[in-house]
Amino acid sequence: MSEHIVRAYDKELDELGRRIAEMGGIAEKMVIDAMDALSNVDLVLAQQVIAADPRLDAIQREIEEQAILTIARRQPMAVDLREIIGAIRIAGDLERVGDLAKNIAKRTVTIGQEARLPRALVGLKHMNELATELMKDVLDAYAQRDVERAQAVWTRDAELDALEDSVFRDLLTHMMEDPRNISFCAHLLFCSKNIERIGDHATNIAETVFYLVTGGTLPAERPKGRPDLNVASFGTAAK
Amino acid sequence: MTMTETVAAVAAPLPGHGLPQKISVRNLKFYYGDTMALKGINLPLYANNVTSFIGPSGCGKSTLLRVLNRMYDLYPKQRAEGEVLLDGQNLLDPRQDLNLLRSRVGMVFQKPTPFPMSIYDNIAFGIKLYEKVPRSELDGRVEEALKGAALWGEVKDKLTASGLSLSGGQQQRLCIARTVAVSPEVILLDEPCSALDPISTSKIEELIDELKDSYTIAIVTHNMQQAARVSQFTAFMYLGELVEFDDTSKVFTSPREKRTQDYITGRFG
Repeated sequence: MSEHIVRAYDKELDELGRRIAEMGGIAEKMVIDAMDALSNVDLVLAQQVIAADPRLDAIQREIEEQAILTIARRQPMAVDLREIIGAIRIAGDLERVGDLAKNIAKRTVTIGQEARLPRALVGLKHMNELATELMKDVLDAYAQRDVERAQAVWTRDAELDALEDSVFRDLLTHMMEDPRNISFCAHLLFCSKNIERIGDHATNIAETVFYLVTGGTLPAERPKGRPDLNVASFGTAAK
Repeated sequence: MTMTETVAAVAAPLPGHGLPQKISVRNLKFYYGDTMALKGINLPLYANNVTSFIGPSGCGKSTLLRVLNRMYDLYPKQRAEGEVLLDGQNLLDPRQDLNLLRSRVGMVFQKPTPFPMSIYDNIAFGIKLYEKVPRSELDGRVEEALKGAALWGEVKDKLTASGLSLSGGQQQRLCIARTVAVSPEVILLDEPCSALDPISTSKIEELIDELKDSYTIAIVTHNMQQAARVSQFTAFMYLGELVEFDDTSKVFTSPREKRTQDYITGRFG
């Protein structure tokens, strides 16, 4: 992209991109750390994740303020306008990702030494690895304005949904096996939901990258690799 | 990237397709002496819509506007080739009655140009130029025109005051009233707000929005936000060529052509 006649304009847009990258880095680390804290019952690390969240919120607010200021100052058009709207949207998604990671960390603290059943965590770890990968890919796609890569993330989210289903079944089985697992596994259910939502935010970002680069939108319906939830077979426990 | 852009430009159907064309510009070439200022322009002006022309100075947008009511005829050595159809009739035809044409296609200029006479006479003069109107009807026509230009409320108590005593914004609306008074079909606006303050500009923009229900409007503007606000269609011109013509909403959010994008985002040059 060639440069603006007004160089300060370029600086403002570059700065927005840099702040997004910074948020992305923090959010990504929070997601990884939250899962490590949960699987290793590492309460110190969990507290660090919780402590990182306000920073993410603060940067998001700064990005929004800066974006609004640039809109007011430059009346951006076309790709610049999409760039700024994109930054606002992505900052919102990353802030939510941070909240979800923080929620996992909080649950880790709540569960504390009550943690049991390491094998129940295997599926969750898989989910988290995939979610982290999607986050990393989509942030790279943003940094490089790479539409194909963004589309790949958008498509791959279906895998995460499928994984969540299998984790869901797993955890229900554990709960039915032994009522003492219920409290712990209920927390893990929420954690898996959180991770699934992190994937959703990654697809949101992928859609934003697509819009930012092409000016178009991805189709409303994502390919779903998700079999119907067969909740009935688990009786009322599923609800 | 350039490949796909070119393909898209060729394959895309004409935006606004299906709307009635008040004016159709076909392969229009224009010369100032030996210099070619318009290099084969094809473009519709859709009835009851506002079309804005944007582009850097010297791109030919004002020239194009001047062709639409044969303003260039006032100057020797300027000539146009091609066709400009107004309701299907080629207005470049040498047999075209220019007075009639200019009553059908009115023009408002960058600098307000009230005549050095009363507000009332500024309007009445134009009307009397084109038709015989009895004195009794004239008052009504003047009032109607001033109301049409959203100026009536401000001048109704001082119609005998000089047109030059008005503020710049009022003067420009007086000029629009003068244009409207002769019941044209098309109104051409050549940077009508560039000499006005923001409040006056807003009033003119509001007016343009109202006028489009009755007239077909073409506006040349250097203010891109203004083009985005007032028009339904936008034409981007560069070096005498029409680079892009599309729905205004499309041009200012995701233009097809890189040159358009570079211009509207301030990357040109």
